[in-house]
Amino acid sequence: MLLVVEQFLNGLQFGLLLFLLAAGLTLVFGIMDLVNLAHGSLYMMGAYFAATFAAWTGSFLLGALLALGATLVLGIVLEMSALRHLYGRDHLDHVLATFGLILFFNEAVRLIWGPAGLALPLPAWLTVPVPILPGIHYPAYRLAIIVVALLVALLLYLGVMRTRIGMLIRAGASNREMIGALGINIKLLYTLVFGLGAALAGLAGLMQAPILTVQIGMGENILILAFVIIVIGGIGSIRGAFLAAIFVGMIDTLGRAFLPNLLREVLSGAAASTAAPALSSMLIYLLMAIVLVVRPEGLFPASRR
Amino acid sequence: MKGLSVSKAVTALMLAGLVLLPLYSYLSGNIFILTLFTRIVILALAAASLNLIMGFGGMMSFGHAAYLGIGGYSVGMLAQEGVGSGFIQFPVALAASAVYALVIGALSLRTRGVYFIMITLAFAQMAYYVASGLARYGGDDGLTVYNRSDFSGLVNLSNRTQFYYLCLACLFGVIFLVWRIVNSRFGLVVQGLRSNEQRMQAIGFPAKRYQLACFVISGTMCGLAGALLANNTDFVSPAVMYWTRSGDLMVMVILGGMGTLFGPVMGAVVYLLLEEFLSQITEYWALIMGPLLLLIVLFGRGGIMGLLGRVGRG
Repeated sequence: MLLVVEQFLNGLQFGLLLFLLAAGLTLVFGIMDLVNLAHGSLYMMGAYFAATFAAWTGSFLLGALLALGATLVLGIVLEMSALRHLYGRDHLDHVLATFGLILFFNEAVRLIWGPAGLALPLPAWLTVPVPILPGIHYPAYRLAIIVVALLVALLLYLGVMRTRIGMLIRAGASNREMIGALGINIKLLYTLVFGLGAALAGLAGLMQAPILTVQIGMGENILILAFVIIVIGGIGSIRGAFLAAIFVGMIDTLGRAFLPNLLREVLSGAAASTAAPALSSMLIYLLMAIVLVVRPEGLFPASRR
Repeated sequence: MKGLSVSKAVTALMLAGLVLLPLYSYLSGNIFILTLFTRIVILALAAASLNLIMGFGGMMSFGHAAYLGIGGYSVGMLAQEGVGSGFIQFPVALAASAVYALVIGALSLRTRGVYFIMITLAFAQMAYYVASGLARYGGDDGLTVYNRSDFSGLVNLSNRTQFYYLCLACLFGVIFLVWRIVNSRFGLVVQGLRSNEQRMQAIGFPAKRYQLACFVISGTMCGLAGALLANNTDFVSPAVMYWTRSGDLMVMVILGGMGTLFGPVMGAVVYLLLEEFLSQITEYWALIMGPLLLLIVLFGRGGIMGLLGRVGRG
């Protein structure tokens, strides 16, 4: 029982982190029609910034805040210097150019921080286990991730659906020429959206950093998961990204935790222990394949498409 | 017409260079260059296979490295199980790649555009994780191929020059095949589908079936490259399927000129030589390569072949 609750929460926490990453990706794609492979690099940079700033300031929270700002600025600079010129180009051009950016970022990190990974230690008050149900404790930090990510998701929803900027963003997504003609500074809007996406990726990276090591290429594997999520959720749909992210996070975590035991029930011990790791890492791709067969446009396609 | 002749001249020069390379290596005693170019020729084969679906078919596969792994693992696993004959290993490698392409293609082709890019990428990543999970065959660490494929005296793969020429022959064979396909009725249909799928369907062509067939042919060709690559490195590991490998192949195709017959070969030669050259200057070669890619995308329409065409026209 304890294990089930714990893994369930782990799945939720991982799913929410994936959502932060996927939200930025799907926002940038939905509005600027830009495929940004370097999104994972921003996630990595968020983690590196946080580790560095936390070491400088000696405070985890201050480091995290500074890192968030730094990723936002990095995203804006990136958009203004390079990616802006890719709008309206072929998707293949996006893939190649941002692939080049990944090479660049990985190498820049190796040059600045060295090939060894960094650690981002947690302050003492975040490492205590918190009782969530009678007799069941859960690490405070993972709980904090869940709370922060849910809060950000809510803010994002309110921001996009209830504010003027959000209205412009939605308008830009459905008809960019028209809102340009109405006198809205579309360039600035795009830069803002990209910066927002970068900050979300940075937030995901810096929150994940204390759990895993901060290392080169950390953004690449999780980027593929974010792709799977937006394919399942429907490209350009934030609601779809949210639901798909929770779904994928759950399936991946629970699959890894319980599939080996489940397989052992049906198969012989040796066969089960060979098949389990491969099968549990295939699980979400199988899920994606099934979604594709049933709904090629994703589960919650953005209404404009 | 003059534009055509410039790119033709450069292509001919490059092909002659590839054919005569072992002679140069023998005369200068530079063995390294032969090893380097064996790798280049094999990856050029992979790029040429990707070009068939990407350049002519308009299917942007971001998971082509999976076939390199499948071809390679077919050779490696059979070798480990004691089947050393190339007459078994290579057909198995091709068949395994074809089956994988059939399944992945049937699923991925339900989508188009960006979805297709992401889905082929995700499936290749799945293949990568599956290979990492194969504990019996080395898992993450990969699998050493102790004996190269045995073609019972027909060709000796352990002889550098013979192996190089085998790879080159395979490359020329694949390019010939691509040329025949592109100019056949089948190839014209596939190219028509790239331009306008709806219209082709309206005249009565079963679009998906043509595209799937093309996808499978391309995957099978790339599986051949994988089998050769495993023989070249005497080793196969999940890293060969990592998604940056697929990115490399895409870059080669685009750099050389997508949808041209010899563009991918040109792209592979230039890209890998550039990588070799930059990595000798600095350990941080990707720091230069990355922005270079960005510039190529921003300013280099049509790749090297396109550039040569423009130079020719003045």
